[in-house]
Amino acid sequence: MSRLRELLESGRFVITAEVGPPKGSDVNDFREKVNLLKGRIDAFNVTDGQGASMRLSSLAGCLVVLSEGEEPVMQITGRDRNRIAIQSELLGAYALGVRNVLAITGDYPTLGDNPNAKPVYDLDSVGILLAASSLMNGKDLAGNPLKGNPPKFYLGATANPNFSPLELELIKVEKKVSAGARFFQTQAVYDLRVAEQFIKRVAKFNVKILLGIIPLRSVKSAQFISRMIPGVKISKELMHRMEVAEDPKLEGLKIAADFIKKVREHGLAHGVHIMAIGAEKTVPVLLEML
Amino acid sequence: MIITKGKPLDEILSELEGLEKIFIVGCSLCATASKTGGEEEVEGMKRKLESFGKKITGSIVLDPVCNLQKSRLDLKRYDSEIKGSDAVLCMACGNGLQTLGEILGDKPVFPANDTLFLGEVKRFGVFEERCLQCGRCLLTSGVAICPLSRCPKGILNGPCGGANDGKCEVAQDLKCVWIEIYEKLKAMGRLGDFRKINYPLDYSIKVRPGQHLVRRGVSSEQA
Repeated sequence: MSRLRELLESGRFVITAEVGPPKGSDVNDFREKVNLLKGRIDAFNVTDGQGASMRLSSLAGCLVVLSEGEEPVMQITGRDRNRIAIQSELLGAYALGVRNVLAITGDYPTLGDNPNAKPVYDLDSVGILLAASSLMNGKDLAGNPLKGNPPKFYLGATANPNFSPLELELIKVEKKVSAGARFFQTQAVYDLRVAEQFIKRVAKFNVKILLGIIPLRSVKSAQFISRMIPGVKISKELMHRMEVAEDPKLEGLKIAADFIKKVREHGLAHGVHIMAIGAEKTVPVLLEML
Repeated sequence: MIITKGKPLDEILSELEGLEKIFIVGCSLCATASKTGGEEEVEGMKRKLESFGKKITGSIVLDPVCNLQKSRLDLKRYDSEIKGSDAVLCMACGNGLQTLGEILGDKPVFPANDTLFLGEVKRFGVFEERCLQCGRCLLTSGVAICPLSRCPKGILNGPCGGANDGKCEVAQDLKCVWIEIYEKLKAMGRLGDFRKINYPLDYSIKVRPGQHLVRRGVSSEQA
């Protein structure tokens, strides 16, 4: 049984964080990042070649998390594998102890560090959820029976509360829910009203929502995030706080902490998902502020 | 239409290195429309190659190159010119190139064009991909927009998380085709269809190379 699921269903406010596997086979630094957060967050979300950058696999990263006695969420994208490989990876992950899976379509190869790669996309995020759900029902995607007890995954997907038109995003959420998603990790949100609006609209799907948090690091990073995350709005007030801050990094963490505290106090979401994007080592500072 | 793009001349010259006598073949259909293999371009190529010391033994614009039996007949007239050439330069698409290769046996045939895609001529000199020839047209609820060819990821349940301000994550000047589909369905009052899950495609119907036979009104496809 997934511990993440138990926690989310118990009603406790859940905190997860993203950890990116290394560009290389040495996992010491990755293990250190996990250790820094050990016992302080509820699950570690391990990315799958994020930004189409070739890295150590998500499954291998999840095994490091498991070896530290912690709960991993395995991201799996459709970018690099066809349906045979995706299903194999899912079965292997379950056999080795991974219970939580986050299905993602995946950033396009030309955006990453191996731009010459052949893009696969045999399955999109909805297709991956269908495949995982099928395995959970004891059959592969083609309908062939699996041997032994089927896996029991806790399936997740992503959503973007900032997306416009929101109606379109909600239809995608609905599709992901019918394909098997039970929890959602959102894109970074900086505006409580945006979060509130989104949560209200998805309430009918009866799924767990982890609001995405990307702590700002500088005015530049805030501008970058504004450009890169579809529809995201970082208010003038937050921008001003970053501009005048003596220590912008610390200010970014404070902003994130304030946001998380409000989400928790108002019971806005079931939890938060912190994406430090390479700055995982600052997450403990953020957690201290909560 | 099959959209082609002329290869850089130095690439062609490097392929033709050591080959002096060249016969040029153009195509009356797609390559003419793409301005990569019509009469005009064949003439232009002749002059260019001559300026680099090549001897052009002759040329023909086939109508079209990819019709095997017809091209075989049409090329008969040039039998001696082709026999006397070191190589043939094909200014058609990748299909035309291979038809020529099949007809000309052991005569070296080189492509002058890169074949890009099956697409639309939007206006003079502007082409856009429209079909992947996947073997089974998606019905797409009447919007007549194919996400397989027009979404870089070819996803069936879009848009992906990268669509930003209506634009594609892969090319900023490209409108997200899934947003286009959504808007068109909405305008048609058929948004309900957008909610349906599109299941993964069946690739077993498209094993390469495709073969298609039509005889006496009966069409059979053995993919």
